[in-house]
Amino acid sequence: MKTPWRTFFRQNRGRMIAAVALVLFVAYAYNRNAQITEAVLASSLRQSIPLILGALCGLIGERSGIINIGIEGQMLMAAFVSFLVNVKTGSLILATIAGVLMGALMGWALAFMSVTLRIDQIIGGTVLNMIAFGLTGYFYQVGLATKGKFQPIAIPLLSKIPIIGPVFFQNPPLTYLTLVLIFVVHFFLYYTRWGLRTRAVGEHPRAADTLGIDVYRMRYMNVTLAGMLAGLAGAYLTLEAVGSFERMMTNGRGFVALAVMIFGKWDPLSAWGAALLFGFATALQTQLQFMGALQIPHQFIGMLPYLLTIIVLAGVGGRTRPPAAVGQPYVKE
Amino acid sequence: MSEYVLEARGITKRFPGGVVANDHVDFNLRPGEIHALLGENGAGKTTLMNIIYGLYQPDEGQIFVDGRPVVIRSPHDAIRLGIGMVHQHFMLVPVFTVTENIILGAEVVRFGIVLDLPRARQQVLELSRRYGLEVDPDALVEDLPVGVQQRVEILKALYRDARILILDEPTAVLTPQEVEELFAVMRQLRDRGVSIIFITHKLKEVLAIADRITVMRRGKVVGTTTPDQVDEQKLAAMMVGREVVLEVQKTPAKPGPVVLDIRDLRVEENGVPVVKDVSLQVRAGEILGIAGVQGNGQTELAEALTGLRRPQKGTLVLDGKSMPFNNARILIENGLGHIPEDRQKHGLVLPFSIADNLVLCTYYKPPFARGWQRQPQAILENAERLIEQFDIRAAGPMVPVATLSGGNQQKVIVAREFSRPIRFLLANQPTRGLDVGSIEYIHRRIVEMRDQGVAVLLISAELDEIMSLSDRIAVMYEGEIVAVFDADKVDKATLGMYMAGARRQGDDELVAAGVRTQTRA
Repeated sequence: MKTPWRTFFRQNRGRMIAAVALVLFVAYAYNRNAQITEAVLASSLRQSIPLILGALCGLIGERSGIINIGIEGQMLMAAFVSFLVNVKTGSLILATIAGVLMGALMGWALAFMSVTLRIDQIIGGTVLNMIAFGLTGYFYQVGLATKGKFQPIAIPLLSKIPIIGPVFFQNPPLTYLTLVLIFVVHFFLYYTRWGLRTRAVGEHPRAADTLGIDVYRMRYMNVTLAGMLAGLAGAYLTLEAVGSFERMMTNGRGFVALAVMIFGKWDPLSAWGAALLFGFATALQTQLQFMGALQIPHQFIGMLPYLLTIIVLAGVGGRTRPPAAVGQPYVKE
Repeated sequence: MSEYVLEARGITKRFPGGVVANDHVDFNLRPGEIHALLGENGAGKTTLMNIIYGLYQPDEGQIFVDGRPVVIRSPHDAIRLGIGMVHQHFMLVPVFTVTENIILGAEVVRFGIVLDLPRARQQVLELSRRYGLEVDPDALVEDLPVGVQQRVEILKALYRDARILILDEPTAVLTPQEVEELFAVMRQLRDRGVSIIFITHKLKEVLAIADRITVMRRGKVVGTTTPDQVDEQKLAAMMVGREVVLEVQKTPAKPGPVVLDIRDLRVEENGVPVVKDVSLQVRAGEILGIAGVQGNGQTELAEALTGLRRPQKGTLVLDGKSMPFNNARILIENGLGHIPEDRQKHGLVLPFSIADNLVLCTYYKPPFARGWQRQPQAILENAERLIEQFDIRAAGPMVPVATLSGGNQQKVIVAREFSRPIRFLLANQPTRGLDVGSIEYIHRRIVEMRDQGVAVLLISAELDEIMSLSDRIAVMYEGEIVAVFDADKVDKATLGMYMAGARRQGDDELVAAGVRTQTRA
């Protein structure tokens, strides 16, 4: 007998085994030390936030045909602008909005370079990174401090559930916002007219063009909107995670986000899973260093997330297929 | 109601560089007719259609729909006027389902943004039932055969209420059976009041289906006629502007010793055998044609024989010498000539000049090189000689081959391969996409090579080409040679049965013909 359940299990064997192993592992760890387990898991989620935002930014761009390797720069600029606005006005909301707008501006700049000027998109992204590294490095003054940062809001009832409560339901607002955004992007990408057109433009722009869809407009719109997500990631870093700004504080997260996007096969929900995995690697690394449990120099433990990135990018995540038209400038006939 | 659903008057289109693609073209379409637009490549057919579909703007002239003058600025305008176009290269998103492809750009939505896929699916089903165009609305386009993909393209236009359907070279990618199916669909659409413009350069098809025929040559309309007033010969002359020899003229072959001898060749793709223990012998001075529907292992066979792919098993003997596989240079130096299936991908380096492309096989040898130094003078002289000898129409030997027409690109390949002392020629789809004049030329050259004692293996999906050129015909089906015939003892219908896998010769016969080494267990 071939029940649907059995088919489902067969198709998702890898994921099922991973899920069961994860649950068992968490249960075991929780049993050994509840406090540390919760702390590591909560930290995994926090670490995953900028990664998933960056991955969503990259994914929306690539799904419409534009490679964005400037996510790092977008985040960094946004983080810096959020920081400055917060320092000047003291408002967290205004600072967040400023960061998001900065991300949008950077996204628009990428769209301008790759759609209108038809510059090689890798170079366009690199330009964003260089600008961000240069400007933030030059204008940053030591000694400035933010006026406060976003504080956790416990959600009634839900936050009381063991493990899940402290991990998911006692978070600051931008984290909640991000969790909602993952599902919003997923919904829009697969269930709306915008999503269908976005995917068409990334797969076969000429086909979309012959059906009266404005390829340039779609790409401009998407890369700009996607930039807002990277901007939000930057705002998250200064206003929620750290509460301050430092030079190069994004620390490669924009690039790891690209690995997350690829590992997640350009799919928002899968990318979230990938982001959590990377977040977990980072959290574990911190915890291991903190405990000094292993007799390994801390530099090696610190490599964990980056090592994972290299392994994923080398293709361990199975064969994945990027959108067909990604990276190719579209020229109307 | 006007006499014409669509009329173009005095359309002129000039491209940068002074090319006049359309020169005061007049064209009209009656309601419910199939109007063939015939012409060689570069005659301006596609340009005219792109103007009607709003992809180009005309420099002069006026378009009328239902007798009213209209301005078509974009495909969007064309679609609104009821004009639909099926492009030569399909405009389908491979990873989308049939339904998604059909509704793209004209989506059914709820709340203004959310796709209503179930309802769209229903509409697609209704539409496909109404016009007898059977498709699975949930299938991914990339999984569908080309013929079905074309149906999806037609449905796409009908979904947008097209009353005027432009089909740009729709038969170029189809098997003979699929062409028949397409014609049936076209007749049905016509009977339901759809007016069809059918662009092609294939004469037989025009005579088989068109109600009226307009012929274009070098950007101008030569004339409009009907199938009962003309025959193939007359149409060809209108197209090319001179008398054309449609039948290949050749004397009976005088086969010499075996030049190419392959045994038990087996090629696997991802572990799946695509060429299954094929043996073949081709003699000097004969043309062996391999007939078969595309995708039955011909490409892989050709790649194995030309050193582009390492087979899993088998031997290759050329002129009595055992050859290694997967080494193109050794094969070339031992007398292999190759006209590849895809001339732009495997036959030419597009950005390189004609002169450089003409020495791709010999650039490292004297007189084109002395040690590590190239000899530009010798390369240039060689190019000038071959351009003259093979009648390559180009602005000069130094222009990039990318700028040449398809026919002239193919002539560059033919010139390169035929000017070397070759013993064995593999011609894979040598005339695909070429116009009548170029086809005539290439065919004549191939027969000339045969008469000079070259062994020729011809692979083609065009049954007419196989029939008219070959001395012997082998049929390939699912990676196997299933039949071998003398060309004068077989007809098209019989070959068709073998090509479709409905019949195969007995193993004993195949062993006797030398295309198998043993009977199957």
